[in-house]
Formats: sequence, structure tokens, C-alpha cells
Amino acid sequence: MAYALQQLINGLTLGMIYGLIAVGYTMVYGIIGMINFAHGDVFMVGAFLSLIALTGLSAIGITSVPLALALTLVFAAAIAALYGWTIERIAYRPLRGSFRLAPLISAIGMSILLQNFVQVSQGARVKPMAPLIEGDIKLWAGPEFSASISAMQIAIIITTLLVLGVFTWLVTRTPLGRAMRACEQDLKMAGLLGIDTDQTISLTFVIGAALAAVAGLLFLLYYGVIDFYIGFIAGVKAFTAAVLGGIGSLPGAVLGGLAIGLIETFWSAYFTVEYKDVAAFSILVVVLIFMPSGLLGRADVEKV
Amino acid sequence: MPAHRRVVAALRDAFLSALVTVGLFGAMIGLKTDVGATSLRLIPRPWAVVIAAAVVFAGRLALLAWRAWRPAGTPSPRRLIALGGRAGRYVAPILLVFAVGLPTFAGRYWLDLGVLVLTYVMLGWGLNIVVGLAGLLDLGYVAFYAVGAYAYALLAQDFGLGFWTCLPLAGLLAACWGVILGFPVLRLRGDYLAIVTLAFGEIIRIVLLNWVSLTNGPNGISDIPRPTLFGLTFSMGGGPGTVAGFFNIEPDISQRVIFLYYVILGLALLTNWVSLRLRRLPLGRAWEALREDEVACRALGINVTTTKLTAFAMGACFGGLAGAFFATRQAFISPESFTFMESASVLAIVVLGGLGSQLGVALAALVMIGGLEVFRDLAEYRMLIFGGALVVMMILRPRGLVSGRTPSVSLGSAREISPDLIAQGRG
Repeated sequence: MAYALQQLINGLTLGMIYGLIAVGYTMVYGIIGMINFAHGDVFMVGAFLSLIALTGLSAIGITSVPLALALTLVFAAAIAALYGWTIERIAYRPLRGSFRLAPLISAIGMSILLQNFVQVSQGARVKPMAPLIEGDIKLWAGPEFSASISAMQIAIIITTLLVLGVFTWLVTRTPLGRAMRACEQDLKMAGLLGIDTDQTISLTFVIGAALAAVAGLLFLLYYGVIDFYIGFIAGVKAFTAAVLGGIGSLPGAVLGGLAIGLIETFWSAYFTVEYKDVAAFSILVVVLIFMPSGLLGRADVEKV
Repeated sequence: MPAHRRVVAALRDAFLSALVTVGLFGAMIGLKTDVGATSLRLIPRPWAVVIAAAVVFAGRLALLAWRAWRPAGTPSPRRLIALGGRAGRYVAPILLVFAVGLPTFAGRYWLDLGVLVLTYVMLGWGLNIVVGLAGLLDLGYVAFYAVGAYAYALLAQDFGLGFWTCLPLAGLLAACWGVILGFPVLRLRGDYLAIVTLAFGEIIRIVLLNWVSLTNGPNGISDIPRPTLFGLTFSMGGGPGTVAGFFNIEPDISQRVIFLYYVILGLALLTNWVSLRLRRLPLGRAWEALREDEVACRALGINVTTTKLTAFAMGACFGGLAGAFFATRQAFISPESFTFMESASVLAIVVLGGLGSQLGVALAALVMIGGLEVFRDLAEYRMLIFGGALVVMMILRPRGLVSGRTPSVSLGSAREISPDLIAQGRG
């Protein structure tokens, strides 16, 4: 029982990180209907930016952990947002209105570009980082195994909930959010009604990239090692999560992220670690076969 | 707008671009993380950032200047490439003659490169059936390539079968996998299908990596037998039973390379021939109709599921054949050769070539794989350039190098159809 509780906590933490990335995928997909393959790599860039910021801050003598983390969060989110904006501007905007595979290939090219850019500029070696937040709380002391939640996990869950809270407010309560939802429903009509669609799409990429950077920071804190390749695996998982939750649906993305995180953790804990990705993907396939539009997605209505 | 105002505007634009560059690269290039003895430390590299910003500033300015002062008659790069495409009818025969004649004048290095390019041409043509003709987006094509490669390697090792026996078996097995995968997922549309095929590609790779008792895991399978010419082997020793011994010539390593080159050329041409013939059959026409409008197809009584399945199986079959060839050529395979990057490269070749265009796919494979080889000396910058080139080529030619289509069946003379009139499928 304690063991299962522990896995539940671990799975939720991992799922939160996936959920944050998945939101970026699902937003972009909802509005312009493309798979932004470079999104996973923006997450990786965010993780590297966080590493640079944390190392730099400790080098100039800022040792207060909450302050350093807050500064890093803002810095990484801001620069990653700039990455998101630039990527959209360079690689996707010229292809708007073109046929649907062109932006996909452009995105794959961008993903390769970002991966190799980080490899060239920061080196191919794995970067370790000493844990910043230590200590844990014992939740359940069993006879053989006791479950505990670490301060790091609490920090991750709280940060995610806060960021998602701000994000939800942004989408549901602000003019920008209204414009985004309008573009998601009908891009052309939104443009006719006076919404600056180009700007809205740009801002969607900016927000998605910022969320991915937060996920990158959390990933760095949780695992303590990063390299230039983490973006691909996390990106595929997060995209799987977005599809599982019903692509285009924001709560679906978070739910899908949590589901993927839990499946992976429980599978590794009770069966084999090696096949955890196979389990996650297989469940995706099974869910899609029985619920073709995902857990919370709307079914496509086809007009002829 | 007066000239000086335009100059000021251009300068401001370029300055803003440089500013964005500083923002992007300031931390990522300017501060390199280095794993020191005890902890991480940062190595500042301010000059690299300054150079990057200067390059972007100058580049942006040059681009704006070129746009503003381009003489009115000069066609834009888009048009230039389109003009090149019109000469296409002569390109294909010339390329074919060149490909057949290559071993007579080229050295070992060029032949090896030729084998590599032709492997990708074959993969591109195979995937073209699925993506270009049937309009199904497949992001896990490498899975079938892997199935073919492992099928040959394992059959040869465990049962001692030869290459030519295994080749059809590998194709058949891959086609079976295509059907097994396709059957449950072909109801899905658009990007759902894309993610499921991607997931399938990853599943195959992970299974190959972890099923150590069968596949030897990450260490891969080595000493895969080389192909034979009617039972004659290509061995350095000469003597009876070898090609050199039979024809009474000096044994030479290049004989095997030339043989492999012709094998893959034959396989690639087979793929091309089959897909060209299939396009004329009712089946191939049903594929293209499916790409254009699935609902209309259903209304006309086409069985959508079987039509999609056949496209999937055909594509998978050619992927499997290419995989078996890959295994026999390398004599060593490991799961590392079958990553998502391979699927992405093949898909990029198909899209860049122009979906559904046989010539375009061959040209794109030549440009991309040949280009990668040209930049080999640049080591780690090679993939950086590759990624950038993909983006730039997509922006310049979103419909691919050869974008027009000639209908397979027509009343009177066949006229080329503009790419804007061709749907690209949603399934």
C-alpha cells in the first residue's frame, strides 16, 4: 500500500511536467492544426537556460534558494518565449495557408536545428546539477516500505498548479484568452471580426514556450541531469499525452499528462522499467481505438 | 517612401533582428556550462554572441536590400526553381543513365555514396505510396525498415537462409506488420494516425533494444552474410565458389560494392515500377481518390479500410526490402539505426520531393543525402546545417521540388495539374 502511494506521488509529479509541455502542443494544434515538433526542444532549451541561470546566480553569490528559483523561472520562461516567437516567425509563419505537411517538415527541421544548436553551443556531455531542495515528509510508514513526499516534489506540484492557474486565468478571463479561443474555433472568422490572428498565434507560441521552459526547470530540478536529447523523448511523451487527452483540449492535455506519468511510473514499479514507454504508447493506441478523439476531445464533425 | 526613410527603416529592422539574436544567444552561446572537477561552472564567450549578432544584422540588411532593389525582371528564387522543374522530363532519363553507368567510372567512395542515396530513394518511393498517393501520414516508417533488416539478419543467422531467399520473406513480414498495425489504427484520421505510427516506430525500436535473447539488444547483430551472385560469394580469397574464381579474375573489394550498387538500383527501380503501374490500376486510382476526398470515396462504394490497408502494406513491404538490403550491406545492425530521425528524414525526402512525384523524391534524396555527405567534414555542424536547410527549403518550395502532377489516366492528352489543385489527404 505504501509502495503504491509512493508510485502515485512519483507518477503525479512526472505527469505534471508532461502536462505542462502537452499544453503547448495542444494550444498550437488547436489554433493552427499543426504538430509543433520543435516544442519538445524548446522544453530542452528551457532546461538548459535554467541550468545556466542557476549556475550563474550561484556564481554571483545569490544563495537564497527561493529567490534563485524565482529569478531562474522568470529568466528561462522569458528567453524560451523569445525562442517560441522566433521559431514561429521564421519557420511557420511563411508556411501559413500552405498545405499541411509543409509546416510539419519545417518543424522537424527546426527540432533538428535546436538539438544540434544546443549540442554545438553547450557540448554533448550530460550536465549534472546538485539538488537544490532537500528533505522529505514521511506520509505512511509501512512495515517494509514507507512512502514519503520530498520537498522537491511538493515544490514541483505547487509550481505547476500555480503556473497552470495563471494560464487558466489568462485563457478564460482576459481579452487575449478570448482571442485565442476565437482563433481556435474559427481562424478565418476571427480574422474577419477584427482579431489580429497573426499576433494571437505568435502569443500562443510565446505562452506555450514559456510553459515548456517552466517544465524544463522542473525537469532539471527533479532529475538533476540534462543533455541535448531530452527534448525528443519528453516531446513525444507530451504529444502522446495531448492526443490521449483529446488534442485541442487544454484540461485534456493536463489530464493526459497525468495519465502518461502514472502509467509510466506504475508500469516501471510493478513490471519492467525497459518497457515503460511501450506501455504508455500501447495505452494510447488502445484509448484511440475505442475513443478516437481522446479522453476529453470533441468528435470531428465533417461537413461535405 | 523616400529612399533615406527606407534605409532608416531597414536599419531599424536589422537592429531589432540583432537584438533578438542577442536575446536568443546571449545565454545559450555566451555562457557555456562546463562540467568542472567539483561542480558546474560557466565559461563566458561574449565574442561569439557579438559575431552572431553582427552576422544576423548584416544578413538581415542584405536580405532587405535585395528585396528592395532587385531589378524588376529578375525572378525570385521560387520562380527560378520552378523553371528548373519544367526541364524535368529530360532529367529522369539522364539520371537513370547516369545511375546505371556510375560504376564504370566512379571510385569506391562514390559507389558507397551511391548505395546510400539509392537506399533512401527506395525508402522514399516506398513511403511515397503511403503518404504521397494514399495521403496517410506515417511517422513510423522506419519500423518496417527495421522489421526487414532484423528479419533477414535473424533468418540468416538462425536458419542459415541466403539473402535472395530472405529478401521476399523480409518484404512479406514487413507487409504483415503493416497490416497488423494498420488494421486497428486506420480508422483514425489525420494527426491521430501520425502519432500512432510514431508510437509504433518507437515500440519496435524499444522491443529490439530490450529483447536481448532474440536481437542481442543494443549490441546488435554482426556478421550478417553478404549477398551472393547465383551462389557465388564475393570473397577476397578467390578460388572456387567465388565470383573472382568463377570468372577467373583478380579478386577485388570493389566487385562486391558494384554488385551491391546494382542490387539496390534494381530494388529501387522495382519500387518505382510497381508504384507507377499501381497508379494505373483501379487500386492506385482508389488511393489517389482517397487522398482527394475520403467521403466521396465512401459514397462511391470504395472500401476505405482495405484500400488504406493495401497502401500501408505496399509501403511497408518496400520498407522491408530496403531493410533487408541495409542489413546485408552493413553486415551489422543495431537498434540505433532505426530511430525516429530516420523516419523523419525519409518523410522529409518525400515531402521535399513533392508528394507523389517519383522524380522529385529521387532528386530530394540526392540533394539531402548527398548534401549531408558534402558537409561531412563539418562534423557536429553537419546536422545543424541539415535542420536549417530543411526549414529554408520548405519555405522556398512548400510543395516540394517537383510539385506539378501528371494524371495517370486522362481523356486526350495528359496535361500537368497545378499543385494547388491537389489535395494532400487528411488521413
